[in-house]
Amino acid sequence: MTEDPRPQDPRLALAQSFIRALPHSAALGMDLVHLGAGEAVITMPYDPRLVGDPATGVIHGGAISALMDTASGASVMSHPSAPRSTATLDLRIDYMRPATPGQRITARAEVTHVTRSVAFIRVTACDEDTARPVAQGTGTFTLER
Amino acid sequence: MPPEPVEVVKSRREAALARLVASVPYIGFLGARFDRRGDELTAHLPFSPMLIGNPQLPALHGGATAAFLEVTAIIELAWTNLWEDIEAGRLSDEIALPKTVTFTVDYLRTGLPRDAYARARVNRSGRRFASVHVEAWQDNRARPFVAATAHFLMP
Repeated sequence: MTEDPRPQDPRLALAQSFIRALPHSAALGMDLVHLGAGEAVITMPYDPRLVGDPATGVIHGGAISALMDTASGASVMSHPSAPRSTATLDLRIDYMRPATPGQRITARAEVTHVTRSVAFIRVTACDEDTARPVAQGTGTFTLER
Repeated sequence: MPPEPVEVVKSRREAALARLVASVPYIGFLGARFDRRGDELTAHLPFSPMLIGNPQLPALHGGATAAFLEVTAIIELAWTNLWEDIEAGRLSDEIALPKTVTFTVDYLRTGLPRDAYARARVNRSGRRFASVHVEAWQDNRARPFVAATAHFLMP
């Protein structure tokens, strides 16, 4: 990988350093690659320590849950209503197929609606075959204003 | 026939549980362990700084607690299903684990920077699908901080 010489979006850089400062997200190797208005994309590299079943080499659902939860929380924080902080109320994840061993996993989350106190999100996770998601989820997050 | 000596029964059960837990590398990554009393399992997640999600509070990462619940549910379900084979001493070399289909987690309280414990209950175990409820607590058993329900596809 080469460093991008262009000056970065300062908002993205700030959010990236925020995600990297979360110990559990850092332990899983997560990296924020896009931050929009109420949307976030976070990637996680393949790592043999995260395997759920050594017979197949497939990443454990728990690591994918953690990635999807982090992407969802980041999408809430990036919402134009500028929440001060957020916490997951609930998250439902459907595992549609095993992630292909060796491939990076990318979660895309978007805020679909906000009220005064709650944000509703949708999130999908894909490996390098972006046409067939590995998992999809919906969740609700608290909004601290 | 006289009953088997208690040491033999205990060591067979402990060996089976250890094999089951070791079959999921991710459990080692989280640092979770399983305690057994008879057929009752309690999962234990010792606190580690790498489980933190919010350094300001500080609080456990919601993803780490969700993963802890998911491994607790999978181990409980596999353990329940394999129990008769374990007791009969005919646990096969290849342990096939259930696969998670859906996982729904409710965050009830902030996860504090200390140890967490979890127990799972198999609500239904069918030939193809199983439904499992799992909850975790920290200092007070009566005050769970996170709960989840999951559907699994049986191996």
